[in-house]
Amino acid sequence: MRVAIIGFGAVGQGVAAVLADPVHGFTLTGVADSRSAIMNGDGLNPEEILAKKKETGLCGIEGKSAADILASGVFDILVEASPTNANGGEPATSLIRSTLRSGRHVVTSNKGPIASAYHELKAIADEQKVGLGYEATVAGAVPVINGIRHGLAGNTIRSLYGILNGTCNYILTRMRDEGLTYQQALQEARDLGYAEADPTYDVKGIDAAIKLVILANTLLGMNVTLSDVDISGIDLVTVEALNLAEDEGSTVRLIGEIIPERKIIRVSPRVLALDHPLVVDGTLNAIQVCTDMAGHVTFIGRGAGAQPTASAILADLISIRDYYGGRS
Amino acid sequence: MTCRRVRTHRCDNVRVSMKLELKDTPGQLLGALKPISDIGGNIITVIHQRDGTSAENTLIVDITIELPEHKLESLIATLQERGCGVVRVGKERLHQKRSLIMIGHLMHTDLTDTVDHIDQTGYAEVSELHMVMPAINEPSTAKITIRAESPEDMRRAISILHEVTARKEILVLEPLEGME
Repeated sequence: MRVAIIGFGAVGQGVAAVLADPVHGFTLTGVADSRSAIMNGDGLNPEEILAKKKETGLCGIEGKSAADILASGVFDILVEASPTNANGGEPATSLIRSTLRSGRHVVTSNKGPIASAYHELKAIADEQKVGLGYEATVAGAVPVINGIRHGLAGNTIRSLYGILNGTCNYILTRMRDEGLTYQQALQEARDLGYAEADPTYDVKGIDAAIKLVILANTLLGMNVTLSDVDISGIDLVTVEALNLAEDEGSTVRLIGEIIPERKIIRVSPRVLALDHPLVVDGTLNAIQVCTDMAGHVTFIGRGAGAQPTASAILADLISIRDYYGGRS
Repeated sequence: MTCRRVRTHRCDNVRVSMKLELKDTPGQLLGALKPISDIGGNIITVIHQRDGTSAENTLIVDITIELPEHKLESLIATLQERGCGVVRVGKERLHQKRSLIMIGHLMHTDLTDTVDHIDQTGYAEVSELHMVMPAINEPSTAKITIRAESPEDMRRAISILHEVTARKEILVLEPLEGME
């Protein structure tokens, strides 16, 4: 099947690198970044485009854009990998909507459209009988969406707890392990590229809250928005808090929590026993669900980075091909 | 780890410790425990000791049980009918315990008032407070231990703490336990 990639940052480039391997059986036919685009229905050479991007900062022809790829229609699946805009998810939401309406599949790593418009986009996809994959929006490589939807199909999820932001988990891990203050650990995370220059989105718990909204709306049958999430970040957590927790064999982690029956959806720093399965180190992500039949199931793995995210996108691409591939 | 909903205790359930005096003959202990389960009580611990102070052929047993409060008197009567001496009965009312961490300007926002909000409920109280103040004008951090009568009361007490601390810009870290 033919794949077009919109958004050519770390994630988009990671996907292109994966598609370069013919073993996966996909043909790259379009690529767009914020300033340029390139398309060819017969197939593009991913390695050439990656090299060009590295050299010039552009993936294609200046003046061309994602809209041109959409208009050309030379693809079967759109990979939408542009950065998240938490406020309504535009322009990606419109782009995904029109792609689905044109009868083409969409796979996205962009949290904005899924958090703000999942029910609407899913309805269009169902109506057009096309796939909408978004495994990469939550916890990177960790197959939590497909794991819960398919692996735990038929179960009722009683609760979900998760470490959904690697930056916060890194900072809290370093505060505990090295006795660093919050500011010192944050600076270290910046130096290592784990935190943005403006870390608000991560440390205030907003990123984790958006992921909770996605999990709540797409897997737990809820219909909530970001403003429904009760959010506290980690920016006020003190070293003394970690020490007091440590005295009783516990530590502090930023936890996303959903209890559908009690309408609880919140992100907050919590005290957990050190041997709790959710106490993972560094930038790892972890999600634990408790279901009526399976009991507790815990997913742990890499929550960010080009290759782990490309892994999740590739899994969605393959699922779509396996399910819809015989049709076209 | 098991996956079950946290059992909601009936409001009138109490935890009671008792010291029983039994004849030191076979079957006596079982005879004393049976009436407890017969009335729907839950046996938490049984400790029996032989010390020098008890009379000859007498066994002293300390038990802790949970049962509906209104059944306590009839249980004591039944035990006594069976020749089992009830030496002491003590109710442990606040058997739910939870520690939380508070971060903020705890003293300047009237710590006494914060604690009073829990103590005044009648169903929960602050039993322990451990505070660390690293420097003047810096936020202080405290571990606060709350005891309450039932899980539902604990939930209410923690929600009161959240309301009070939100007004005072204090961050409260709840434990992740009793996962439902």
